Amino acid sequence: MSRSDNTVKKFFEKIIEKIILLNGFACILFVILIFFFLAKDGLALFKVSSPIQFFFGLLWNPLAEPPQYGIVPLLLGSIMVTLGAIAISVPLGLACAIFIGEIAPRWMREILKAGVELLAAIPSIVIGFIGMTMLAPFVKNLFGLPTGLTALTGSIALAFMAIPTIVSIMEDAITAVPRTYKEGSLALGATHWQTIYRVTIPAASSGIVASIMLGIGRVIGETMAVMMITGNASVIPHSFLQPVRTMTATIAAEMGETVIGSDHYFALFAVGLVLFAITFVINFFADMALHQQKK
Amino acid sequence: MTLLANKECPVSEKTGEMKPVPDRANKITVEDVSILFGEVRALNHVSFSVKSNEILSVIGPANSGKTSFLRAMNRMNDLDIACRMTGSIRLNGQDIQKEMDAEDVRRKVTMVFALPLPLPMSIFDNVAYGPRRHGIKNKRKLAEIVEKSLKAAFLWDEVKDRLSSSGMKLSGGQQQRLCIARTLAVEPEVILYDEPCSGLDPISTAKVEDAMFELKKRYTQILVTNNVKQAARVGDRTAFFLTGELVEIGETGKIFTSPRDQRTQDYITGRFG
Repeated sequence: MSRSDNTVKKFFEKIIEKIILLNGFACILFVILIFFFLAKDGLALFKVSSPIQFFFGLLWNPLAEPPQYGIVPLLLGSIMVTLGAIAISVPLGLACAIFIGEIAPRWMREILKAGVELLAAIPSIVIGFIGMTMLAPFVKNLFGLPTGLTALTGSIALAFMAIPTIVSIMEDAITAVPRTYKEGSLALGATHWQTIYRVTIPAASSGIVASIMLGIGRVIGETMAVMMITGNASVIPHSFLQPVRTMTATIAAEMGETVIGSDHYFALFAVGLVLFAITFVINFFADMALHQQKK
Repeated sequence: MTLLANKECPVSEKTGEMKPVPDRANKITVEDVSILFGEVRALNHVSFSVKSNEILSVIGPANSGKTSFLRAMNRMNDLDIACRMTGSIRLNGQDIQKEMDAEDVRRKVTMVFALPLPLPMSIFDNVAYGPRRHGIKNKRKLAEIVEKSLKAAFLWDEVKDRLSSSGMKLSGGQQQRLCIARTLAVEPEVILYDEPCSGLDPISTAKVEDAMFELKKRYTQILVTNNVKQAARVGDRTAFFLTGELVEIGETGKIFTSPRDQRTQDYITGRFG
């Protein structure tokens, strides 16, 4: 009796193990498939247009005759908006994380953490909406511009999207610094701030780097908000106060108008492929930094 | 080396060799100190004094309040918001709670922890950390301080060729001596040790104890230890704590040969604890 019970048990055990294994492999398989289809359609562009024209072309104009598929203005647009957002969100996020992790009393820490997480829960379209109706007119009046829809406006809005990611990972890294390091420093007569600046932050540095990387990943892939507030002009930007167009916004705006299988269609896939490569590299480095932290 | 030999000796023989402690000025005066963690009383109306240049051993079983007492001496208890202290601790006659800044107290009364944990930086930077924080920028001066401190902690010869390698790569005993060197670099007046040898092997322990003997010339030292034999070896005087009370304090020789209190007798002979 008990023997046959055992066989049944073992059988189910085996089945469940296999199902879990299958699920694990499925995740990887999906990523590989997505990459495969992206690469297949993206690389098809190079049958009609040379890679040099694509990677170094200074003009993105699919409606011109002949059509121009130069990624440079889009790439610069994305990079500018991202750098701007990081320049705003990193100092703000670092200060916020230090305050939450090291300075705030416990009750305030809980409230702030909940607040930061809530910030992450705001849909990006809502941030885009606020940026369009409130931030853009503000930027326009502040600098006396013809339009408020600029790279700067996009950077500010995206900074708010990156902050929750940055703060929560930085805060984890900061609170993970062993108490003994801090006590060792304090016991030598260092002040609280000296301890944070000289011991806590250097010890948490790899986590801090990872949080910045993931923040960049979050910003560069963002679509809706940027499309609404960066002005969508696919020109080479010369300053933060000009409209720009990012790679994501280009794909979102133009995909609906293209004929499947056309050159334009393949060009958009190629842009997607570049985006994928960028975020892949960023995530890879973030992962490396996080592993460094664990050691 | 004498220390190593002493390890096997019974306590009475060791104490026979002890010189009587001459009367010295009081370095630290502890008056009616009680410490509470929330509702839990860690230390109960304790009063005594510590003399200049002596080593005071503090012994007692777990939960006797000896670590809380030690952390009160350099206001490390301030870091725990649940901790409250009444009574007064005076360093050179100054009340450390009311008349001094916490940083100032911690610079003069520094602490060596149970687990030797160097800061995550090079050996040189570990030792130079304290002086740098207190405003010493001059490179030659820093190098001098580092060398002097490492020599005083008996570590210089072992690390002088690799000052720029990480302090965390040293062995346990070396790390603890690095922590002592780091403490000496801020030129304290009092050094507190919180079970400094609990994680070390006997030879490393002997080296740390050697360093303590040498440091007597310049510093007042308080050693909290779970190792009764170590207390007997190192301490000029010994204090016995039990459940937050100071049961007995006196010259080490007397405490270990003819304690006044039965509980002290029981503890040092290993009947409990």
